[in-house]
Parts: sequence; C-alpha cells; structure tokens
Amino acid sequence: MRLDDEERAMLAGELGAPRRWAIEQQIRVGRFFDAQDMVRVSQVHLMADTESLGASGVEFLEKLAAAPAEHRRVHVPTVTDPRGIDFAAYKRLKVDERFAGLERRAIAAFSAMGVLMTDTCINYQTIMPPVHGEHLAFGDTGSTIYANSVMGARSNFEGGPAALAAALTGRAARYGYHLPERRRGTRHFVLKDRPRDLSDWGALGGVIGRKLQSYWEVPVIDGVSAAPTSDELKHFGAALASFGTVALFHVPGITPEAPDARGVFDGAVPKAETIGNADIAAFRDSYDAKGDKLDVVVFSAPQLSLVELQMLADRLDGKRVHAGTALLAATSPEIKSAADRMGLTGRIEDAGAVVLQGVCFYQMYAREIAEANGWKRLMSNSAKLVNIIGGYGYKPVLASMDRCIESAVAGRVL
Amino acid sequence: MSERIIRGHVGVGPKVTGVALSAADYFSARYDLDRIRGVFSRPAHKLHGESYVGRVLVLLGAKGGVATSWMLREMASRQMAPLALLLNTANPIMAQGAAFADLAFMDRFGEDITKAIATGDEVTVDPAAGEVRVRRAASEKPG
Repeated sequence: MRLDDEERAMLAGELGAPRRWAIEQQIRVGRFFDAQDMVRVSQVHLMADTESLGASGVEFLEKLAAAPAEHRRVHVPTVTDPRGIDFAAYKRLKVDERFAGLERRAIAAFSAMGVLMTDTCINYQTIMPPVHGEHLAFGDTGSTIYANSVMGARSNFEGGPAALAAALTGRAARYGYHLPERRRGTRHFVLKDRPRDLSDWGALGGVIGRKLQSYWEVPVIDGVSAAPTSDELKHFGAALASFGTVALFHVPGITPEAPDARGVFDGAVPKAETIGNADIAAFRDSYDAKGDKLDVVVFSAPQLSLVELQMLADRLDGKRVHAGTALLAATSPEIKSAADRMGLTGRIEDAGAVVLQGVCFYQMYAREIAEANGWKRLMSNSAKLVNIIGGYGYKPVLASMDRCIESAVAGRVL
Repeated sequence: MSERIIRGHVGVGPKVTGVALSAADYFSARYDLDRIRGVFSRPAHKLHGESYVGRVLVLLGAKGGVATSWMLREMASRQMAPLALLLNTANPIMAQGAAFADLAFMDRFGEDITKAIATGDEVTVDPAAGEVRVRRAASEKPG
C-alpha cells in the first residue's frame, strides 16, 4: 500500500504506540482486500459493548488509554454504538454487577482517548448525519448501510477494533464501498406491495437479505413509489444488513446514487425478482408461536426514534403490561432525555414497561438476562432482533408494534 | 491418505494445522455461537451443537453484524477460539477480527471451499502463501 509521510511516521511509532498499532491493523486489512492506499475519514462510529469486548478487550483498551495524551487521543470525532449496561436499569434487569464494573472501565478508557460516549446506533438520525460523498468509518451494520444508501456517504463495515484504528489514524484503507466502482447495483428486485408498518419494512429487508450471498452484493429495489420515512428505511436497512451482511442498497428515484434503475447498473438492467405481501407474510410467519406464554417484548435494534417512542406511548395509554411479561424499549441517551422532557417515558412506564437508554437488547448481556429472569419467548417488531436473538437462547416472534403490545397485555403471543 | 493443495487469496494470521469442521452455512460469532460453551448455538445453523474450539472452520461466508471483530480475540484469550477460519467470501468484519486476534484466515479460493474440505479432514492453512493443504484418509468422501 502507498503510505503518505504521516502514515509512515505512524508506522514507525513516531506518533506513539496506539497509532502504530492502529496503522498496522489497517495495513493488514487493506492488503487483504488489495487496497492501494488510505482514505481520510471525517467521523467514526465505534461498536464496543463489553459483551463483545470481554475482559481481554477492556484490558486492551486500558493499555491504549494509558499512553501519553498526545498519543492516545482520537484523530477525528468518534462516537459510540450502544454499550452493554444501562446504569439506571441494570439492577432491575438482574444484570450481574461484574458486567457493570467492566462497562465502567471501558467508558473510562474510551473517555481518556477522547471518544464521545453517545451510546447509539442511530447516530445518523441523532448526532451528526453524514453527507453525500463523505468518507466514514462506521461500526454498526445498520448505521453503515443507512449512511451509505440513504445519505450517499462512503463506509465499509468497520468492526470495533477497525473503527478504533480509524479513529486513531483518521483514515481507513481504501477498498470496498470507498470505491465508486464497488457501489454499482448487482441484484435487482421490484416491490409489488408497499410494506404496511415498520415491522414489515424490516421483514422486507429480511426477505431480500436472505437471497443475498455476500457483502459485495448491492441490491437495487425498484417499485417504491413514494419516499419511505427515515424510520422505515432504518428498519429496512438494519434487517437487510443483518440477514444479508450487505452495506449498501439503492432505491431508484429515492436514494441519492440511483436516479433510476438504468443509472445504477453497469450494462443492461438485470431482470428483477418480484417481492410482495406474500413474501413478507411468509417471512413473518417463520417467526411465530401463537398462544405461547410470552416472557418479554422488546422494541429495539435499532434504537427507537422519538417518533417511535411516541407511537409506543400512544398505544400503551390506558393499558397495563401483564405481570408475567416484561416490555422493554431501548433508545439513545439524547432521545431518552427528550422523551423524559416530553412525558413519553412516563406514559410508557406507567403501563408497566421500561425505557432503556444507551443500550440495545442484544448488546446488553441478553443470554445472562434470559437466565436471570427465566425468559425464553421474546416478541419484537424488529426483524434484525429476531434474527440475532435465537443464538442467545431465545425463541423469537416477529410482529407489528400493535400486536406486540396486545400480546404484552395478554401475557401470551396473540 | 490423499493430499490436495488449494490456492486462495493471501490471508492474515499464522500458519496452522488442524482438523476441519465444514458446512454449507454462514458465520457470525454473535449470531451463531455460545462463546462460553464453545459451541454453535443458533438452532437453524447446520453446525448447531458442534464445538468449534480448536477446529479449522470452513464455511460459505460471513453473515450478521460487526461484533465478531472483537469476539474472535476475546475467544482466543480464553482458549475458546477456532484454530482458523476459511470462507468462500470474506467481509471486512472477519478480516478485521482475524487481524486483531491473529487468527489464520483466508478466502477467495476459486472453488466452493465447503465442498473441497470435509469435516474431519486434516488441514494446513498458510495465509501468507495463500495456500491450504488438505489431507484426507483414503476411504473418506467429502461431506
């Protein structure tokens, strides 16, 4: 890889041990993907929940954070994905104290490096929305696919160590979705029926994601006649990235790099696969268990917007969650603060639900919480969450927000 | 015992030799594994219930999220990691995680690696050379 003077200085250790570690990591990965050089990034989104980091990851961070200030400080604005603990709620959820201790150590290390603890996966809605053409190092599949597709920014999936490396160098290896030629459509789908709600938009992402085989596929979704909302595209993109491990999609006439289908494919437009309500219903039905006792309902993955919290509050007014069922909703600290101020949190919690901040359900020791609370049957309107959570021992059901709430009140899957 | 050499793209991590665990399925440390017990825990996964610890994992590709990039190193710190990972097609997360964990990792073989390597084969992975050597007992057929 070609390196500039500053990159060579980092590699030689002249700018400190953390930056040398960072550029060495980036060169290894860059060579793996045949990158020719590095590209400067303007912001970093860093996934680093302690459930993923473990004790060894936290010790690694502490070693970096012990370097002199001029060596350890991040090079560009760096924000965090949801963490593993909501300090206001973890005791109610029976999360072990030792995990809270690990989380405190990680926060101290990140803060010493100048990382902003935003604890959100919806940073593109709430912190600093990326702009068209901006090169990024984003570290959540949902935030990356949204930034690439809806905003026209440029990022690969940057896992925690890679995003941290990008934060320390201010660069990413130039491969994948930093390159214009990689951003062209490879698969063509046409939508016969418009999804009806957020859960269906997520299910649509799941249907298409299951048909895709690798990170390098770029689906183009035709037939979307009017612009979806930010929350609809959030659920769609998060599920598409989760089921398909893809980082970019185009919607002709809607997303910025796709004025029309012809403009986004190289050569002839491939024949489109049609997706309709029956596909979405079949997907949803593959996660169903009507009549089962319901242990926990989760609204999360991605974290809820203020608008989603208002929807939830409106639907819970005058209702009471069943004593044998928990209802959890997760959002970012900024949105939680707004929801508190506007009375939404109080209305949701008056119904017996819990509003969590700075976490996402699958990133907050989901397996240990299940064991501590005896939870097995989980219901959510998030297609992404039902895809992930089976591996943690849960039996997930996918349904609309309305059906999730009715089931939470009844204490069984309706 | 027959031996075959398969070429792939130059990878990351050290040269290692071990026994393969192979399936026509995908891989995500967060979605698919019980990392405490060291087994595949996702009920729908073709390796559900199998221990991956110390094995040369051979799968189609990556699926899921970004957490694998931290988790591979965390598993290695507890001696609960696979020995190596071979995929038809990598995504950045697997490459970043393998580089961080110093795990032997390769992809882009020019053939379906899950058909070329069967569970139980003895495999030497040489990422720097972009080479995989597969040894199989004469009576065994690919699984």
